[in-house]
Amino acid sequence: MTVGLVVVSHSAKLAEGVVEVAGQMAKDVRFAAAGGTDDGGIGTSLDKVMTGIEAVQTGAGVLVVCDLGSAVMTAESALEFLGNPDDVRVADAPLVEGTVAAAVAAQSGRGLAQVCTAAEQSLAGHGSASAPADSSSAPANTESVTADVELINPLGLHARPAATLAGGLGKLDVDVTINGMDGQSVMMLMALGAGKGTVLHVVATGADAEKAVGFVTQEVSAGFGEL
Amino acid sequence: MAELNTLNNEWVLTWLRRSAEVVARHKSELSELDRLIGDGDHGENLDRGFSAVLAKLDAEPPATPGDALKLVAMTLMSKVGGAAGPLYGTAYLRAATAVGGTLELDAPLLAVMLTAARDGLVARGKAEPRDKTMVDAWTPAVDAAAASVAAGAHPTEVLAAAAAAAEQGAEDTIPLVAHKGRASYLGERSAGHKDPGAASSALLLRAAADTAAGYGAEEAQQ
Repeated sequence: MTVGLVVVSHSAKLAEGVVEVAGQMAKDVRFAAAGGTDDGGIGTSLDKVMTGIEAVQTGAGVLVVCDLGSAVMTAESALEFLGNPDDVRVADAPLVEGTVAAAVAAQSGRGLAQVCTAAEQSLAGHGSASAPADSSSAPANTESVTADVELINPLGLHARPAATLAGGLGKLDVDVTINGMDGQSVMMLMALGAGKGTVLHVVATGADAEKAVGFVTQEVSAGFGEL
Repeated sequence: MAELNTLNNEWVLTWLRRSAEVVARHKSELSELDRLIGDGDHGENLDRGFSAVLAKLDAEPPATPGDALKLVAMTLMSKVGGAAGPLYGTAYLRAATAVGGTLELDAPLLAVMLTAARDGLVARGKAEPRDKTMVDAWTPAVDAAAASVAAGAHPTEVLAAAAAAAEQGAEDTIPLVAHKGRASYLGERSAGHKDPGAASSALLLRAAADTAAGYGAEEAQQ
C-alpha cells in the first residue's frame, strides 16, 4: 500500500503524459490523471480531482500535484469540499519533476509527508542555485562507507537508473550521497547529468551504509541491466 | 414600496437565474476584457458554468438558500475550467456555509454572507486589495453592505449598496497593475483595462440587488 498520486493539469493529455512518465518508475503506485474540464476542454475540474483522490486513496494518503495557478485552486477547493482531510495534501511542486520524485518516494514506501517533501524539493538539484547535499553535515562520529564506481551503461544515469538507485536506497536506513547529491532523490541524481564513463563517488553513513554502497556498486557495475 | 425584512429561498433561486441571464448577455464583453489582459475565456467559461447551474435548478430546485448556494459552488468548480471556477466556487461555498440552514435571510445575515464569500475568494486566490482582481469589487461591496446594515437598512438596500460599490470597485481596477493571475504576466501593460473578474463580480452582485428590488416590488403588489 503506497501513497496515491493525483496529477491535476489544464490539459487531459498533459496529465496523462505525466502519469505515463512517472508510472514507469513506480509500478505499485496508484495514479489518477485529472486533466482538462468535464467536457474535454482546457481547464480543471473539481469532479475529476475529487474522483481522482477517491480512486487512488488506499489508506496511505494521497498527494495532489498541479500545473498552473487555477489547478492549485481547484485542488485546494476539492480538499475544502472533502473537509480538509489529514491524509490528502496538495504539493507546492513543479508538475513533471514533482510527480516523478513523489512517485519514486511513494514506490519506496515513504509516508505522505515524505512523498510531499520529495515533490517539493524536486527542483533543488537543478540550475546554478543547486544545493548539493553537504557531506560535512553528516554526523562526524559516524563511520562512512565509500566506493567509487564507473557508469558503464550507454545512457548513464538517466531517469530509469536514477529511479532504481533512489528507490532502492530509499528503503534503507542510510544517509547517502552520490557525487555530493542526495542518493535517495531521483531528481537530484538525474540532475547530476552523469553520462557513460562518469565515476560515481558514493558516501554512505548509517545502519545500512554497507548495504547501500553494495547496492549502488552492484547496480552500476551491472549497467542497470541495460548492457 | 414596502421593504421586506428578509429574503427567502425564492429570492436566491431568482437571483441565480438572473445571474445566468446576465452572464449570458455580457459573455462577449467579459471575454473581450479578458482577451486584453488574460486568456480571453472568462465570459465563455462563466456562461458555461451558469448554464449548467440553470440546468440543475430546472432539474431539481434546491429547498434552502444554503443548498442553492452550495449547488452553484459545486457546479461552477466543475464546469468553469479557468481560475474563476474555484474562486467563485469557494465564494458560493463559503456563502452557503454562512447562511447554513436559515430560510429567511435578514440584512445582517446578507452582509455576513457577502463577507464570507469575499473571505473565500481571498483565501483561495491569495489576492490583496488593489491586485486588480475580483477582490477589488468584493471588498468595497462588503464594506458598503456592512455600513448599510449598521445604518439600519433593509435587505434590498444592503444589496443595492453592495452592488453600487462593486461596480465602482470594478471601474477602479482600470488604472491598476495586475499582481495576480494570468494578467500579472503583463506587468505594467495590464494597466488601462478593467479586470474581467471584478467586472463579472459586479454583474453578479447587481443581479442580487435587482432581484431583491423587483421581488420586493412584486411581493408588495400582492
